[in-house]
Amino acid sequence: MSASIEDIVKQALQELASATDLSQLDQVRVNYLGKKGLFTQQMKELGSLDPEQRRSAGQVINDAKNTFQEALETRKATLESDELAARLAKECIDVTLPGRGQTVSGLHPVTITLRRIAKIFADAGFNIVEGPEIEDDYHNFGALNIPEHHPARAMHDTFYFDAHTVLRTHTSPVQIRVMESEKPPLKIIAPGRVYRCDSDMTHSPMFHQVEGFLVDTDVSFGDLKGVIFEFLRAFFEKEVNVRFRPSYFPFTEPSAEFDVSCVMCDGKGCRVCKQTGWLEVGGCGMIHPEVFKSVGIDNQVYSGFAFGTGVERLAMMKYGINDLRMFFDNDLKFLQQFR
Amino acid sequence: MQVSEAWLRELVNPPVATAELVAQLTMAGLEVDALTPVAAEFSGVVVGEVLSTIQHPNADKLRVCQVNIGQADPLQIVCGASNVRPGLKIPAALIGAVLPGNFKIKESKLRGELSFGMLCSEKELGLAVSSEGLMELPADAPVGIDIRDYLMLNDNVIELGLTPNRADCLSVEGVAREVAVLNNLSFQAPEFAAIEPQHQQTLEVKVEATEACPVYLGRLIKNINPAAVTPLWMQERLRRCGIRSLSPVVDVTNYVLIELGQPLHAFDADKLSAPIVVRRSRVGESMALLNDQTIELDGDALVIADQQQALALAGVMGGKDSAVFGETRDIFLECAFFTPIDVAGKARQFGLHTDSSHRFERGVDFNLQRRAMERATQLIMEIAGGSPGPVQESIVAAALPARAPVKLRSQRITKVLGIQFGDDEVHKLFEGLGMQVQVVENGWEIIPPGFRFDIAIEEDLLEEIGRIYGYNNLPSSNLLMRAELGKAPEAQLSLARLQDCLVDRGYQEAITYSFVDEAMQNAVAPGEEFIRIQNPISSELAVMRTTLWCGLLNAALYNINRQQNRVRLFEAGLRFFYQDGQIQQRKMLSGLALGTVNVEQWGEKSRKLDFFDMKADVEALFGLAGVSADFVAFQHSALHPGQTAQIKNQRGEIIGLLGMLHPTLEKQLGFDSPVYLFELEQDAVLERNVPIFSALSKFPSVRRDMALLVEEAVSAAAITRVIEECRETAIREISIFDIYRGPGVAEGYKSVALALVLQDFAQTLTDTEIDAIFRQVLDTLAAKLNAKLRE
Ligand SMILES: [Zn+2]
Repeated sequence: MSASIEDIVKQALQELASATDLSQLDQVRVNYLGKKGLFTQQMKELGSLDPEQRRSAGQVINDAKNTFQEALETRKATLESDELAARLAKECIDVTLPGRGQTVSGLHPVTITLRRIAKIFADAGFNIVEGPEIEDDYHNFGALNIPEHHPARAMHDTFYFDAHTVLRTHTSPVQIRVMESEKPPLKIIAPGRVYRCDSDMTHSPMFHQVEGFLVDTDVSFGDLKGVIFEFLRAFFEKEVNVRFRPSYFPFTEPSAEFDVSCVMCDGKGCRVCKQTGWLEVGGCGMIHPEVFKSVGIDNQVYSGFAFGTGVERLAMMKYGINDLRMFFDNDLKFLQQFR
Repeated sequence: MQVSEAWLRELVNPPVATAELVAQLTMAGLEVDALTPVAAEFSGVVVGEVLSTIQHPNADKLRVCQVNIGQADPLQIVCGASNVRPGLKIPAALIGAVLPGNFKIKESKLRGELSFGMLCSEKELGLAVSSEGLMELPADAPVGIDIRDYLMLNDNVIELGLTPNRADCLSVEGVAREVAVLNNLSFQAPEFAAIEPQHQQTLEVKVEATEACPVYLGRLIKNINPAAVTPLWMQERLRRCGIRSLSPVVDVTNYVLIELGQPLHAFDADKLSAPIVVRRSRVGESMALLNDQTIELDGDALVIADQQQALALAGVMGGKDSAVFGETRDIFLECAFFTPIDVAGKARQFGLHTDSSHRFERGVDFNLQRRAMERATQLIMEIAGGSPGPVQESIVAAALPARAPVKLRSQRITKVLGIQFGDDEVHKLFEGLGMQVQVVENGWEIIPPGFRFDIAIEEDLLEEIGRIYGYNNLPSSNLLMRAELGKAPEAQLSLARLQDCLVDRGYQEAITYSFVDEAMQNAVAPGEEFIRIQNPISSELAVMRTTLWCGLLNAALYNINRQQNRVRLFEAGLRFFYQDGQIQQRKMLSGLALGTVNVEQWGEKSRKLDFFDMKADVEALFGLAGVSADFVAFQHSALHPGQTAQIKNQRGEIIGLLGMLHPTLEKQLGFDSPVYLFELEQDAVLERNVPIFSALSKFPSVRRDMALLVEEAVSAAAITRVIEECRETAIREISIFDIYRGPGVAEGYKSVALALVLQDFAQTLTDTEIDAIFRQVLDTLAAKLNAKLRE
């Protein structure tokens, strides 16, 4: 025997202890247990002993090997956990740094508002319909009981392409187009762009309206009031008050404008509502018999109501926007507030 | 329409405060736009008379005045105004007076002289924004009375925003009638006694256009006093209704216009050569109007003419030549009813809008002319004297607007308004509104008065009931919705889904004007047949966009000028153009992006966006619909010639464009980095493939790569198409994972690395089979595209 087994074990345990990483440790394992390892050699040398000695010496070597192996495993576990700890420590990042890649953007506040309105009505069975923006004067005026030279035409500040072609001044032509092609009962919401030849602090030459109308048997003014009440409560998500003021639209009779209690001051009076406690929201009324006549619906059988409101106006109330023109400047600093 | 509250209350005075009165009007459909006090708050100011003035001993500009304020002893008041003089009547603020701005008047000493008050200017009383010197009151102003009473300053101006159907409320009397009904008071329009003619002279009047002028009254008033002055009370009332005092005759016609709603016109009788004719204008005839405008008439206008010329555009404005002026002594007073249809549009046609045309267009009471004539005569005589002749009258009853009875069924009141209304209530309400009510079977027949032009059908009557009853008092019901099941068409994607996809990919939605600048339109889409607006609001908004890019480019520039260097925008909306002379309006979805791909970031080198970044966004949209689109190299003068693709759907229809803004245009518009744009037909992207299940293979798939050497001109799409056309069913996927040019690849060639994924339904593919497929593919590529395998 070249060295005493105790010395080998002692030597081996020392080497294990001084191994500082897993590869060194593996080297130590090979040195002792590999094909040419010291323990392996010891085992080979057993062959030259007689069977009696072989057994006891073998036992000694096996014990030594076991001791080594245990120590090896322990050391390995320690080194592995040290290594993992080191790796984890090294991999530590600043989790407050921002994420990478594309960021989500947003919809225009008009679209957001329109979608909410559409959803509120769609849930009640209204269908969404769109119409052309360049209209003929028949659909924009004539069929809506606004004949040529009617003073109401002057109120509309119309953009013309020729004597009979206009940019629609309201979404009401959609009423006509739907009633021309479909039979009652009808429950329609028509959102879209409308145009008026007018521009200042509170007017934009282009803005959005939502038109709603319902035609069925036995529709009353009370139904109209009920629908508008419920819509405004759903839209503003609070208990607002609504009032109806008599007004005039050639295509409805009776006609009304509806106001909501100021959502800024809850009707107490503030700068936004000019101390009145009310904000004007839109116009409405029972569909005029002349309108039914122009689309061939029997007004003795059917009745209906229609209402219209400005989308920007609703958005301004909802979000506290104070300048209509901001809607069409498309300043990202403005638009991205509505995500 | 502006009314003085005090004037209104003189006619009908309900026991309600101003705020309540205003609320009543608004809620009855006569919306009050503004309520303005006639004068600011002040007190303690009376009419004073300057008795004497002496120079202040210690101040050049001050005078010591003795002022009579109607008490035993005059007051000594020091005053600095240059127009102070003995005999002048002025507003005098007494000790204890409080002037606007809470300015209190106290006894004071000015440079040693005691002053017991202050003489006031209009500005100091808050009656004018600025004024020079003291306010000079008429010589007959009664000394000592409170100036607020004397000038009737305890009054408010009520500004009504009237809807065009309520012409009947374009007068104080009309508003009063309404207020009376709202307050359950009776209202009787005052009678004006017929004025006895003092001479028999008349001017002959011939009404030719009787259908347009069913009523024409004229009266010659001679010898009025040209030096007469309109009394203060009338000036004040006119002022409060927004009308400037001009001369007694004109003031009276305006006063009657406001009081009764009847426009009148006064001609200088000396300038007329009778007979007066009411006729259609003649083509080519011209007329100089009161406002110094000269108009060319067509054959359609209604004019008042004499033997020489057209004197007035009927119901709109008088002519300059026949107008009353400072020396006028004899006047011819006209009071007519012109039918709305004949006045409507005429004022606008000549760019005019007058108090008269405003009323005639909407409808003036055709029973009013006689009353108005007598009233105006009476007022002219009171103010300026004169001797009136008889009233000449031309009335064609058949041409008057019809006032047919309108049936009101009681059951309709319940059905439409949800309330019950009895006989008494119907009578009271409609008679209060000046209508005649007759009971008939199941309801009533109601005849509207001459001043209402908006009552023709049952619904109009229902509105009257609702309006007076109060819309807010009508019941509100919860509609029993006759609900149908909704629809969920699967072959149709919603626009909202596309918008959301773009938002998720970092695009901000924009909404830009549908009308754009012609120069921008031409730059971005040259050659397109755009549609021009006849009356644009400005030259920047004059033509309809043929592409949404115009607005998106402007919006991007707006943001770049506000220090944004990364902009991603999209818009959904219509584009407008002519096609074969027809107006087309097509729904588009367009996008713009510039700057870096991602927001500037700490962890990765930032990279400028390129064509393929935007292409991925466009492909994502098609991906939502489960359809594929072809991108074909294309030339568009606004886009980079080498970086533009026309997009086609599976049927080969052109459905969009994608590309980089042409560098020349980029620079010209003021961008400093490449701009990428896309525009798609909404309908094409919304068209969705309804999926049909296909079975999955149970056998493993194999990936094989190949690098092909092809000429530069061979497109990726061409390579994949050729492989697809081999119809090797085992080829499941083809993808390009590298393009290489450089050493090892000849000039004019490129190396395209492809991966093929192969899988069979019946078996696991063997190497031999795979090799065979591979060879087949390579041979076809070689034959069709001259492609070689790169070793
Ligand atoms: Zn408020």
